[in-house]
Amino acid sequence: MINPFAPIGRGVLSTLAEIGRFSAFVGRALAASVTPPLFFGQLLRQVMQIGYFSLPVVGVTAVFIGAALALNIYVGGARFNAEQFVPNIVVLGITRELGPVLAGLMLAGRVSAGIAAEIGTMRVTEQIDAMTTLSTDPFKYLVAPRVLAATLTLPVLVLVADIIGVMGGYLVAVNSLDFNGAAYLRNTFDFMEPQDVVLGLVKAAVFGFIIATVGCYQGYRSNGGALGVGRAATNAVVVAIVLILMVNYLITAFFVE
Amino acid sequence: MTAKLELKAIKKKLRGRQVLDGVDVDVNQGRSLVIIGGSGQGKSVTLKCALGLMRPDSGQVLVDGADVTKMPEEIRARVMRKFGMLFQGGALFDSLSVWENIAFRLINADHVNRTEARERAIEAMRKVRLAPEFADVRPIELSGGMQKRAGLARAIIAKPDILFFDEPTTGLDPITADAINDLIVEMVKELGCAAVSITHDMPSARKIADEIAMLHNGKIVWRGPTAMLDTSGNAMVDQFVAGRADGPIQAVV
Repeated sequence: MINPFAPIGRGVLSTLAEIGRFSAFVGRALAASVTPPLFFGQLLRQVMQIGYFSLPVVGVTAVFIGAALALNIYVGGARFNAEQFVPNIVVLGITRELGPVLAGLMLAGRVSAGIAAEIGTMRVTEQIDAMTTLSTDPFKYLVAPRVLAATLTLPVLVLVADIIGVMGGYLVAVNSLDFNGAAYLRNTFDFMEPQDVVLGLVKAAVFGFIIATVGCYQGYRSNGGALGVGRAATNAVVVAIVLILMVNYLITAFFVE
Repeated sequence: MTAKLELKAIKKKLRGRQVLDGVDVDVNQGRSLVIIGGSGQGKSVTLKCALGLMRPDSGQVLVDGADVTKMPEEIRARVMRKFGMLFQGGALFDSLSVWENIAFRLINADHVNRTEARERAIEAMRKVRLAPEFADVRPIELSGGMQKRAGLARAIIAKPDILFFDEPTTGLDPITADAINDLIVEMVKELGCAAVSITHDMPSARKIADEIAMLHNGKIVWRGPTAMLDTSGNAMVDQFVAGRADGPIQAVV
């Protein structure tokens, strides 16, 4: 006879085991990131790879989302004669929510998958074992630079996304919604409070940490050749996105209360 | 005399299968031990346990008489500095040039400056007869034999006390394989180190081994000097050496 509860129990147990393994990995990654030695050259390379080369994708995302946001708020606001609030709500939406979340999601695709594939390939071709036999801790050489780079550069990327996103809203508002440019900008800056931007940057740092640790974790434990590496990359993206959206809500709720 | 490296009653279970079921083997300074055995008999796992890449479920790994499995992480890392390893596929870092691969340990663990590290890498390349003009190319541009040479140069650059070889001739043509075998013998002699290799390539085993041990079903079933290989009196060794499908060992197809 088949026990209907067995698959449920197995699922719960394997999920808990996975959470445990991931937590242990995060602990080791954190410890490696904050203790010497630091491989500065590797960190610099990752800052370029994760931060600098992500600027185009983050910028394009931000300008279009800012523009669409302005249009939507204009239409919605018109229903109760509140069209003039477009600049205020655009800047609020971009800095507090859309800037960090969309940058996070884009980087979950670009960076998490890339890290998982690279480290996964190193795992299946024994390069990680080789590094250990060469007296170099892979957590220090591979994981820590990626975690630090993502955690430090994502806030900068989000700051850029905030500016470009507001600009996207401005362009639409001024060019097709007949707003006065100077008034739009004055409304934006008068309404915006520092804590809006700070909230977005805190989120960004946490998302950066999630993106790098999930990518490293999936790559590090991958096995089974090309199939395993492909699976690691896919899992990295899915897990990073889900975690980002969950943590986004938690941070927002924490700051609002 | 204490053995340079000794494995005592090593047991390891992987995915519910008892891969190693009490492996006992040791090797002295200046000696070369080759572990032979079929695929899936636990050769790689034995090597990984010896190298500290895998923790055995029970048993001891003694280096100069000290059990590395019970050491704290930092001391274990210091003992492991005496090891050098040539991986089966070379395991060269594809993001680095050949000389940076060979000097990886000097640059990242021993903090040697890059100019000196490069000189020592090129010296190591000369030793393994890899032309210095390959120093600045990526490993992917090297042939299989040259990748093995680069891997060997990387393993010997810090003058290890114990050298490990994982299937050193797999994937090479017979002539290149023989050249790699010669190189291994030469390097082990020059360094005066202990060597542990795993292989199922019998010509290679005969050439590089002082002693041969046969691993079957997670246990060492025979061990003796290379000269005794053909007169071992062990049916499993005879079958393996002759390469027959019928005998006490069932081929896994």
